[in-house]
Amino acid sequence: MKALRLLARVTVLGAILACTTAARDPILVPEVSQHEVVVRTGFTGADLLLYGAVLQPDGTRAGQGSAYDIIVVLKGPSQPITLREKKRRLGMWINADSTSFRSAPSFYALASSRPLDDITDGKTRAIYELGLDWLQLSPIGSIDPTEQDHFARGLVDKRVAAGLYRQDESGVTISQDVLYQARIPLPSSVITGRYRAETFALKEGRVVASATSEVMVEKRGFERAVEVWSREDSFLYGIVAIMLSVGMGWIAGRLFSSG
Amino acid sequence: MDVYLPIANLSVNGLVIVLLGGLTGLLSGMFGVGGGFLTTPLLIFYGVPPTVAAASAATQVTGASVSGAIYQHKRGGIDFQIGGVMVAGGIIGTGIGALLFRLLTALGQIDVAISVLYVVILGSIGVIMAREAIPELFGGRLAKLGKTPSKRRHHPIVANLPLRWRFYRSGLYISPLAPLFLGMAVGILTMLMGIGGGFLLVPAMLYVLGMSANVVVGTSLFQILFTTIATTMMHALTTNAVDVVLAALLLIGSVSGAQIGARFASDVRPELLRFILAMLVLMIAIRMAVGLTYRPEEIFTVVPL
Repeated sequence: MKALRLLARVTVLGAILACTTAARDPILVPEVSQHEVVVRTGFTGADLLLYGAVLQPDGTRAGQGSAYDIIVVLKGPSQPITLREKKRRLGMWINADSTSFRSAPSFYALASSRPLDDITDGKTRAIYELGLDWLQLSPIGSIDPTEQDHFARGLVDKRVAAGLYRQDESGVTISQDVLYQARIPLPSSVITGRYRAETFALKEGRVVASATSEVMVEKRGFERAVEVWSREDSFLYGIVAIMLSVGMGWIAGRLFSSG
Repeated sequence: MDVYLPIANLSVNGLVIVLLGGLTGLLSGMFGVGGGFLTTPLLIFYGVPPTVAAASAATQVTGASVSGAIYQHKRGGIDFQIGGVMVAGGIIGTGIGALLFRLLTALGQIDVAISVLYVVILGSIGVIMAREAIPELFGGRLAKLGKTPSKRRHHPIVANLPLRWRFYRSGLYISPLAPLFLGMAVGILTMLMGIGGGFLLVPAMLYVLGMSANVVVGTSLFQILFTTIATTMMHALTTNAVDVVLAALLLIGSVSGAQIGARFASDVRPELLRFILAMLVLMIAIRMAVGLTYRPEEIFTVVPL
């Protein structure tokens, strides 16, 4: 009896849930052109294509007036960092102030179908970390908010210049209100690790559907071997580096003097 | 030709790096300097992280010095005795340099310290060299007539140090502490600046120690060879910043450059060589000074925690 009641409750609950979600949430099918980026000798960076389809809950395509806004974000592994600011002291530019962040993304690229300010408000953007102004950097220790903003802006500017952060507010193209795609370039200086590709569908300023997938950026073969080896057996690595340089110098000496 | 550097974590144009190495090698063969003072700033300018640049430049200077040192050895241009003392000092110096490196990194002033060192050391050495070289070059006879040749062979401080050894090839009877301290100073600079220190060693050996000129270039190459070996090892163990791919690319250029440079050096008037080196050293110093006083493009620097 008890079990039956519980079962009934669960079914009802499930049905309600299914109804509400089915009624509200659009169908979002995201895909990434490659789930694995391999860093090898010729690696000069990669272009990732984040694409997919967005449909209305009933499976039809959104009409002209009720089209969804799409935002895609690719985020690299977060790192704790110290940010230092140079100031002019005694006529020289030297490191003066510094602050630390617990979780600065090593890579952050956002593409959206329209300017972010037109799509949604600051609150939503803060919640979902949408846009370079809304990165959650988690400062270590207490510093005053204006100072913190100043440093956060400094970090963003620096990484934008290096191609590690970008925000392209017309980077998502939506064709026929169904298919969307965005191209995100990875520079060769990206760090390896697990990257998260997040896709958001928004309507009237609210996130109505979201999905994430992963992209692994990995060193393989020789490049990986060298990196691991330099860390794990640094003495032998040092010896080999020395032998390489001495050997090459010696061989060149022999070649040139005999020839 | 794009090549990915596994330690520096970025891809570079391999040809540019090889040419850069070639330029350094040319200097190495011509002047007996390691050329690291040129490689390190240029690599940093190219986008290689400063620590990786300094560490890999040191590895490259090793290779460039080998071919130069072998060439000089055949000419009988190395005083192994005084060179050995200097190498011992150099190894102690790299140890001290590693400690300083760690201290300055913790203080967040390593890049400023490196720039200031470049300006002060290259600037003063450059001025001294230019002052010597210009009258030699443009008015050899005039200078000889006007200036009475100085009587002292080596610096009074060197003459006053306790304990004296005879260094036959250098034609010296001085305290071994002088070359030991010289080697130590160069070792510290090698670790911090990624330089071989030849531009500092050659004039110091000539004007401070008073070594005979025909063994100066060879012995400085010998000292550079072993000090940079110690530096490579110290970096491999402490900073993990030696990029073998970067070093190999630099080496391809520099070992060839060193051979060409060594031949070239015997054909060109030594005064002209010294003048060119002086100008080169001054140029780098001025560039670094400008970099310190003008508002830098990048106000912020990121360091992993």
